[in-house]
Amino acid sequence: MKIQKPAKAGTMESNDIYIMVQPNDEGGVILNLESIVMTQFGNQIKTVIMETLKELGVEDAVVTAKDRGALDYTIRARIETAVKRGM
Amino acid sequence: MERLRRTMLFMPGNNPSMLQNAGILGADSVILDLEDAVSLTEKDSARILVRNAIKSVNFYNSEVVVRINPLGTEFGYEDLDVIGRVKPDAIMVPKATEADIKSVSEKLDKIEEEEGFEKGSIKLFALIESAYGLENVYSILQSSDRIIGMLLGAEDLTADLGIKRTREGEEIFYARSRVATACKACKVAAIDTPFADMEDMEGFIKDITRAKSLGMTGKAAINPRQIDTIHGVYAPTEAEIRYAQRVMEAQEEAKREGKGVFSLDGKMVDAPIIARAQTTLNTARLAGLI
Repeated sequence: MKIQKPAKAGTMESNDIYIMVQPNDEGGVILNLESIVMTQFGNQIKTVIMETLKELGVEDAVVTAKDRGALDYTIRARIETAVKRGM
Repeated sequence: MERLRRTMLFMPGNNPSMLQNAGILGADSVILDLEDAVSLTEKDSARILVRNAIKSVNFYNSEVVVRINPLGTEFGYEDLDVIGRVKPDAIMVPKATEADIKSVSEKLDKIEEEEGFEKGSIKLFALIESAYGLENVYSILQSSDRIIGMLLGAEDLTADLGIKRTREGEEIFYARSRVATACKACKVAAIDTPFADMEDMEGFIKDITRAKSLGMTGKAAINPRQIDTIHGVYAPTEAEIRYAQRVMEAQEEAKREGKGVFSLDGKMVDAPIIARAQTTLNTARLAGLI
């Protein structure tokens, strides 16, 4: 699945995550993550984001994520929404 | 499984915080809402979030119902297709007509077959919120075996009727009676319209009591703070439970003595009184009161 245009999903509210995806013409995934629980869960959040992108078949994208304590199901949902909006 | 549906709590479908806490609030059912609680620009987002929530959030003992968008909008069928595949307990169909219920039911037949779910396992609630829906409530109920309840939506109904919605609710007397009677005839739940004013506790209790007295079996809630109050009004009182127990005891005794008709406290007890006592005890049992 190719990201054609910038798209966003989610909010900055508690328990949510704000995601923006953009095309990456240079190839690969660049992830910029900010989280209120970076120290405790940063790696796990990155893993969930990368896994979800892979499941959706996204190979090239710049992803900006601002996490407000979202659980995995929310992270997956917001990534999927942003990717579908960016197609 | 037989269960109580005294409260059905609406939860906005695009709010992760509320979705993941929905199951711990004590409502008999939660309605994850994709319709009015979600703005037009977020319909896609809420659909995916609710789908994921059903797959991974624990809703404990609450029944999980999803209100989809009306089938006449561009979102209705897609909601049904995405949500049906994660098998909620039920789908709530807004502005329901006979044709809508049949169409949703057929679509669910197909989804259940494709996903390997038991046929007919996803149930339906019909939302009665138009003059047409109200006048055809019985035939809507008859449109699918999947229907387990109806919700009266008084705001939309009164708007459709062109009448004013008041705090006292005189204007929905007929609607409540009609929905309650049709639901009773088909043995499904009759859920009353929500009460919007969170500050008016006295008006709220009166509103629940009035609907209950007409035969409504539960009420929609729009705030978790409303749950305990609704359960309180729908719970049988201690005196009602004790009386029902005495009726059943007296019936047992009459049976042993070979009497067909018997009396309790000087009053004749017949079949309707026994049936009412059984309902009281059943409700009390399901509510954990006995």
